[in-house]
Amino acid sequence: MTFAGWATIVLFAVILTALALPLGGYMAKVYSAQRVFLSPILAGPERLLYRVFRVDERQGQDWKAYAKSLLVFSLAGWLLLYLILRTQNAFFVPHGLNPLGYHSAPWNVTFNTVSSFVTNTNWQYYSGETTMSYFSQMLGLTVQNWLSASVAVAVAVALIRGIMGRSGKSLGNFWQDLVRTILYVLAPISVLGALVLVSQGVIQNFSTYLSAHTITGLSQTIAMGPVASQEVIKELGTNGGGFFNVNSAHPFENPTAFTNLFEMLLVLIIPAALVFTYGRMTGNRRQGYAIYSAMMALFLVAVVVAYVAEAHGSPAQHAAGLHTHAISGSGGGNMEGKEQRFGIAGSALFDVVTTVTSCGAVNSAIESFTGIGGAVPMANLSASETIFGGVGTGLYSILLYVLLAVFIGGLMVGRTPEWLGKKLEAREIKLAGLGILVTPLAALFATALATASHGGRASISELGKGPQGFSESFYAYLSQANNNGSAFAGYTGFVQPNAGNVGSHGVTFADLLGGGVMLFARFAPILFALAVAGALAGKRVTPAGLGTMRTDNPTFVVLLIAVIILVGALTFFPALLLGPVVQGLTGHLY
Amino acid sequence: MSSQIPHAHERQAISLFQGEIVRRALIDSIKKLDPRVQIRNPVMFVVELSSLITTITWLIQAFGGKPLGGGSEPAWYTFLIAVWLWLTVIFANMAEAFAEGRGRAQADTLRAMRKETVATMRDGSTRAAAELSRGDVVVVAAGELIPGDGTVIEGIATVDESAITGESAPVIRESGGDRSAVTGGTRVTSDRILVEITQEPGQSFLERMISLVEGAERRKTPNEVALNILLAALTLIFMIVVVTLRPFGLFAGTSISETTLIALLVALIPTTIGALLSAIGIAGMDRLVRRNVLALSGRAVEASGDIDVLLLDKTGTITIGNRLASELVPMPGVAESELAEVAQLASLADETPEGRSIVVLAKQYGIREHDMGTLQAEFVPFTAQTRMSGVDIDGRRLRKGAGDAIVELVRGEGGSPPPELQVVLDRIGNEGGTPLAVARDSQVLGVVYLKDTVKEGMKARFDQLRAMGIRTVMVTGDNRLTAAKIAEEAGVDDFLAEATPERKLALIREHQEDGRLVAMTGDGTNDAPALAQADVGVAMNTGTQAAREAGNMVDLDSNPTKLIEIVEVGKQLLITRGALSTFSIANDVAKYFAILPAVFISTYAASPGGKGPLHVLNIMGLGTPRSAIISAIIFNAIVIPMLIPIALKGVGYRPIGASALLRRNLLIYGLGGIIAPFIGIKLIDLIVHNLLGG
Repeated sequence: MTFAGWATIVLFAVILTALALPLGGYMAKVYSAQRVFLSPILAGPERLLYRVFRVDERQGQDWKAYAKSLLVFSLAGWLLLYLILRTQNAFFVPHGLNPLGYHSAPWNVTFNTVSSFVTNTNWQYYSGETTMSYFSQMLGLTVQNWLSASVAVAVAVALIRGIMGRSGKSLGNFWQDLVRTILYVLAPISVLGALVLVSQGVIQNFSTYLSAHTITGLSQTIAMGPVASQEVIKELGTNGGGFFNVNSAHPFENPTAFTNLFEMLLVLIIPAALVFTYGRMTGNRRQGYAIYSAMMALFLVAVVVAYVAEAHGSPAQHAAGLHTHAISGSGGGNMEGKEQRFGIAGSALFDVVTTVTSCGAVNSAIESFTGIGGAVPMANLSASETIFGGVGTGLYSILLYVLLAVFIGGLMVGRTPEWLGKKLEAREIKLAGLGILVTPLAALFATALATASHGGRASISELGKGPQGFSESFYAYLSQANNNGSAFAGYTGFVQPNAGNVGSHGVTFADLLGGGVMLFARFAPILFALAVAGALAGKRVTPAGLGTMRTDNPTFVVLLIAVIILVGALTFFPALLLGPVVQGLTGHLY
Repeated sequence: MSSQIPHAHERQAISLFQGEIVRRALIDSIKKLDPRVQIRNPVMFVVELSSLITTITWLIQAFGGKPLGGGSEPAWYTFLIAVWLWLTVIFANMAEAFAEGRGRAQADTLRAMRKETVATMRDGSTRAAAELSRGDVVVVAAGELIPGDGTVIEGIATVDESAITGESAPVIRESGGDRSAVTGGTRVTSDRILVEITQEPGQSFLERMISLVEGAERRKTPNEVALNILLAALTLIFMIVVVTLRPFGLFAGTSISETTLIALLVALIPTTIGALLSAIGIAGMDRLVRRNVLALSGRAVEASGDIDVLLLDKTGTITIGNRLASELVPMPGVAESELAEVAQLASLADETPEGRSIVVLAKQYGIREHDMGTLQAEFVPFTAQTRMSGVDIDGRRLRKGAGDAIVELVRGEGGSPPPELQVVLDRIGNEGGTPLAVARDSQVLGVVYLKDTVKEGMKARFDQLRAMGIRTVMVTGDNRLTAAKIAEEAGVDDFLAEATPERKLALIREHQEDGRLVAMTGDGTNDAPALAQADVGVAMNTGTQAAREAGNMVDLDSNPTKLIEIVEVGKQLLITRGALSTFSIANDVAKYFAILPAVFISTYAASPGGKGPLHVLNIMGLGTPRSAIISAIIFNAIVIPMLIPIALKGVGYRPIGASALLRRNLLIYGLGGIIAPFIGIKLIDLIVHNLLGG
């Protein structure tokens, strides 16, 4: 542990908060259809889009109509992406967009990949530079990076409107929320962000791969491509699907310590800002501050644990007599699978940033973390995207937990529970309960299937049968269920002997189970969240009094944190024991 | 003048451990094992199924078979788990049975009065009381039981209602007005009245009361339903956790027996709150009954915890209700004693509280009480036309009455009222009092100042309500000026002056449209619409039948300040639910630390049969894996009977503001719920481990 390390962490938290506050206010205006400083430039294109797609953006939708639009849109996106990926070397695709002439990946892997990008997961069984054409990357995957993020933001905004709704059942208009997210939020930040990344050395080209002669006399292929434009949305949309297989550890994706910090800010900026948007839209900013405090507290705990654990090294490393103390020229700690240019703090922080959100980008190998350090991303995933969470997803997830906390806490102050003045009754509890249940259910069942079946065991290596193999399987499904996309490596769904997919095949069990888990754990909670919004929308509002439980003070923050930890811990404690905890408690190397 | 707020008459709490109740509760808790009863409570149904499966496993083992689902647990272990699982269900049933038992004991007392009475009809014929229906008119004379609920349509009588109210002093029931309702089963102690029956056979107030306290008509309240759903969702999550744990264990080379998995499941699902939930609801109703309030639905009890606005009638609730003479203001040239004497004489025959208070006040001026009989005076009663009353003695006319009426009278007699009179009248009116002018023939002697007095201690009560977050609104027929003065004196938040039933109803609607829950009390027929509109409408038992039917609670003591206690009971009920839910869920942490290290003690052990890395999680230092699991299950079971007293008594409510209350309960039941089982399981393990002999 170094001063610079701690300083990075503190600086990051401060900058994030400072940027998220104004962005949250800006977004509140965007979703209340108020004028913002970009309106003069963007109002024209916005109207044009509505006209082209024949959308009446002023038409309010109830939760069912909203959900229907969302599902139809996502299904269409799914089909289109599947088509693009399966035809990447078809005759009508210009050679310039597939200069290496890559074939398509098999159907099962494509099913997984398409489900992965449409659900904002970006779980990648494939490696981008040996599988995907530039066309697939730019117009297939990157487009879904934009759209899937926008869909989730729309859900979050619709839920806020449901909570706020004073009359009627309208949650707003899905198409308007979608278009506004893309034009007013994602586009401006992406343009700026891509320029910053390019300035730091992130590449953006359509070249064929370079061949370089190394000093050892061998030749090496250096993959090229339009990286910056995909990189920025990969972070900003908490997608996480790297252009290259090694993701943000690759120097063309994340070249410097500065880009590392910048990319982490891109990941968290919208999830953090949306919390403030919630405060603004509910007319009480303190509501936003309260949730933000709970998220930030949990986030910082995760960062501290990961940083300390990684700086300390594992019992196995100590047993093997490896140096983990700081010595001149090295910060010490567990540097296995980490990039020197990021160091322990930059890696631990990045790891926590991308696992509390649904980003899942990595700049270091999570499977090489120490037992306890590796338990951190799993614990983060166990919180079901309530610690900032994915773009949009984070807010609607934690709001369901807030609902639960309000219900339990509300009883304890002697009133039937009410949330921002709305009584919580059987219907809301049922929907929120189911919404919260989906992710753990999907993760646990899929892991059980995978660890108990031959089909599942085929995805883990012979070496990894013990706790490491369990961690890999568990992490794979936990990550896919949380639409995260980061991996504990080792878990395979695609066997690719040659670049370009000739002779490759997918592992059908892992591909289909994973794809199914991603779709289920994405769209079921969305539907429950929208249904909760619908149930709340028409409710009468009771003005708050002295006897009303407040949801904007420190007591509630503590309660909310307790509920998140308790639900996550009680659900995943046994699984965590058998994976990372075993490894953290033994000097035995698995 | 002041008077104490009548302290709520509280029925003797029926002891929890009365022999009869205990015996019946024990029998009932076995009877309730019927799966058709259990299915209504998803959590306990899961426990019952678990007990059944474990018992079958034990039977198979007892006959030499292998346990279901593999594993190598000995039969005694399976047997012990099965026994404690059954006990968990039985303890849960016992909690409910105890709660019902107390109500039932009260119901029995009531039932004893439901004797077969014979009703005498108006035409002299007789009919069994059970055959009476709405609209029949019966005659009840002194010493007879009133055969059914009804309204007095003729006559006045004293009625002993102690059977339902517990109050031994007889009350007056008379036709017309707001004291016309009579209850079946009560006894007329004097005079004779004609009663029109207002109930259908079998639906008397008494019968409704019996079924209410017995809990026969108990339906789940909305909040109870919501909480049940939450508990079911938690149960579902833990079922998934337990079901998937088996393959996870096998992957790590550890086979977990089905009995152990079931033990883990039962330990994790919220059995504590699941077991006590219905007892808490029944006990809430029971607590109201003991305060002599009958809630006609559990929903109303719940709603009373949510009350935002309390409408209180000024008269009788906030003030003593009678305007009492407090000061004599003589006109210039009139001696105070002269005024006192005339005022007294003019009031001698006046049996209203106002009149009597003038006599009492006059005594302080040294005026001896006169006797009407010896004075040969002729009483002139008050009428709405004259707006004055008085006596004629020796040809002199002594009058007291409204200022303008007296002025008119004096002018008619040829006199002229002194200019000071109007000044005094205005002053008293502005101060919220009522002036009564006193005149002798054509001379105005002075003014009696009648004051409405606020009951002692009301201000403190309103402060208490304010701390609970409840606004108090005083409702009065007085003019704004008077109302404002009394409102200020009493410390209410707001007032409605010149109230009519329509304005009262409109005020309730207005508050409800703003999203507030409104409670009110009322007794008159003209209160009925407002009582029906209010979220919690408490009808006074002395009130009319219409009022009693419109409200959703009846206060047998007819004490309007009872609302405050009703609100407290409602809040207590909700807090108890929340607190025990929190406690139940918080308990799981310790149970994990008891059971999981036991299950995985040798997982990934360096040598076969040795201890694996996870044994260090046995932070409680429990004896053996089996004693650990058994201890967790025993704790899980006995925590239920240990919490029955809290469930029945309710967690205390303090008006300290929501945030402080939440902090307090989170500390006690949340943090306490995490810590308590660590201690409990350890202690139980010390015993179990020693008994099992290692």
